[in-house]
Amino acid sequence: MLELRDITAGYDPAAPVVRHATLSLAPGESVGLLGPSGCGKSTLARVAALLHRPDTGTVTLDGSPVRGWRHRAPRAQRTAVGVVFQQPRLSADPRLRLTELITEPLRATHRRDEIPRRLAELAPAVGLTPDLLDRRPHEVSDGQLQRACLARALVLRPRWLVCDEMTAMLDASTTAALVAAVEDYRAATGAGLLAVGHDHVLLQRWCERTLHWNDVTRTRDPAPL
Amino acid sequence: MTCDPATTAEPAWRSHGTERRSTRAVRVRVCVVLVAATVLAVLLVPPLVRLDQQAVDLSSRLLPPSRSHPFGTDDLGRDLLLRCVYGLRVSLLVGVAAALTATVIGTAVGATAGALGGWADRGLMRVVDTFSSVPHLLMGIFIVAMFRPGVWPVIVSVALTHWLSTARIVRAEVLSLRARPYIDAAVSGGASRWRVTVRHLLPAVLPQAALAAVLMVPHAMWHESALSFLGLGLPTHLASLGNLIQAARGSLLAGQWWPTLFPGLLIIVPTLAVAGLAGAWRERINPRRRSELML
Repeated sequence: MLELRDITAGYDPAAPVVRHATLSLAPGESVGLLGPSGCGKSTLARVAALLHRPDTGTVTLDGSPVRGWRHRAPRAQRTAVGVVFQQPRLSADPRLRLTELITEPLRATHRRDEIPRRLAELAPAVGLTPDLLDRRPHEVSDGQLQRACLARALVLRPRWLVCDEMTAMLDASTTAALVAAVEDYRAATGAGLLAVGHDHVLLQRWCERTLHWNDVTRTRDPAPL
Repeated sequence: MTCDPATTAEPAWRSHGTERRSTRAVRVRVCVVLVAATVLAVLLVPPLVRLDQQAVDLSSRLLPPSRSHPFGTDDLGRDLLLRCVYGLRVSLLVGVAAALTATVIGTAVGATAGALGGWADRGLMRVVDTFSSVPHLLMGIFIVAMFRPGVWPVIVSVALTHWLSTARIVRAEVLSLRARPYIDAAVSGGASRWRVTVRHLLPAVLPQAALAAVLMVPHAMWHESALSFLGLGLPTHLASLGNLIQAARGSLLAGQWWPTLFPGLLIIVPTLAVAGLAGAWRERINPRRRSELML
């Protein structure tokens, strides 16, 4: 389970962006979260990915409560959630080649020996050709870069995926390819998915369950689940 | 259809831009030549010209510039050209060593403060503020006074008073980078704080830090000269530009201008050349400035 209970979060404690949000995902479930721009869904996604400490509320990941965020979260907990962000340009280190970008998590977790095998599996899965892998972010298109960012999110085989407006910047065919890559990964591993976006047609076709932002934040005092 | 020459001519704003660019290119070339000449002189003259810069010749005291002594001689009859080249060598050594040390300290402190944030950031920045609140020269004098005169105390003194601006620049840069999603992605990919800093943050601030180091070289040279001029820097027998000017003070009042002028010029010209090169480099690595210049 990935459970977010009564989360209040933001960047200024006096004016939180997210107020009393509750959301839970069953293992292997795919949930789409719809909401207008600026409502706080990206912040909630960052909380779910353990990248932003909420002001109040609890997050439970696979049965164990989350006590630390970002670097303070144990590595095993942090890497259990893979994240893909909206803007590939900002989520890729401009100095790294795509190969390094994709395999950086393996290096950071001291699993260099897995690099060739994972790269050989992931590059075709997300649709990256070997000549693209050798380029740097400024030498590829947004769509190609987002494919690499998805591969990076999948490289550690996370049990959960958080896709924060993953396809908002992309054309229809790249969107379809990336969604297919995510679904193939989920079919193979049984990972859960939290897809955040404002394209309700896409999310309703992609996810088993779609929630509107109001459904998530309406319950101020949620009943015990 | 023929092309009207009037319409194909460069528009005024563009030719203005090219003119600015070409004057900049000339400026850069002049700076390169001056810096190269300085470096070659200090590297080649001492081993090639086997003359003793300390050779005293009391019969030729305070001679004005002539064919045999292009910069004249000082009050002990020593050749000033040779003394100036040796002095420049010491000043340059002190300047480069101090600038490098200061940049390493500043980058380490700034990156640590920026990467850790929170109380570590506040604490380190208060240390920086404390150091900045004391006048540089005063603190430099204090540090030099704790050691015996020599080259190393001067380097330490200049380095310990000049790392503050680099620390501030690097910290600001790291703080702005730290909020980028690619750092989030690295954290989510299991990277430790150390790895995020070394792999993602430091490479991004390195051009800024290198530029700060180059800009600091002239500043450090001036600082060394100031300390030596006050009699606190290098021992007087060791020719440095500050020492030379200090020794020449008396003769300037007596109307002998050359022992002051030439070392003074050798402080001003290379430092301006290095600063000019660093300025051109800054324009290059700052994309906004470059795109403005292209207009």
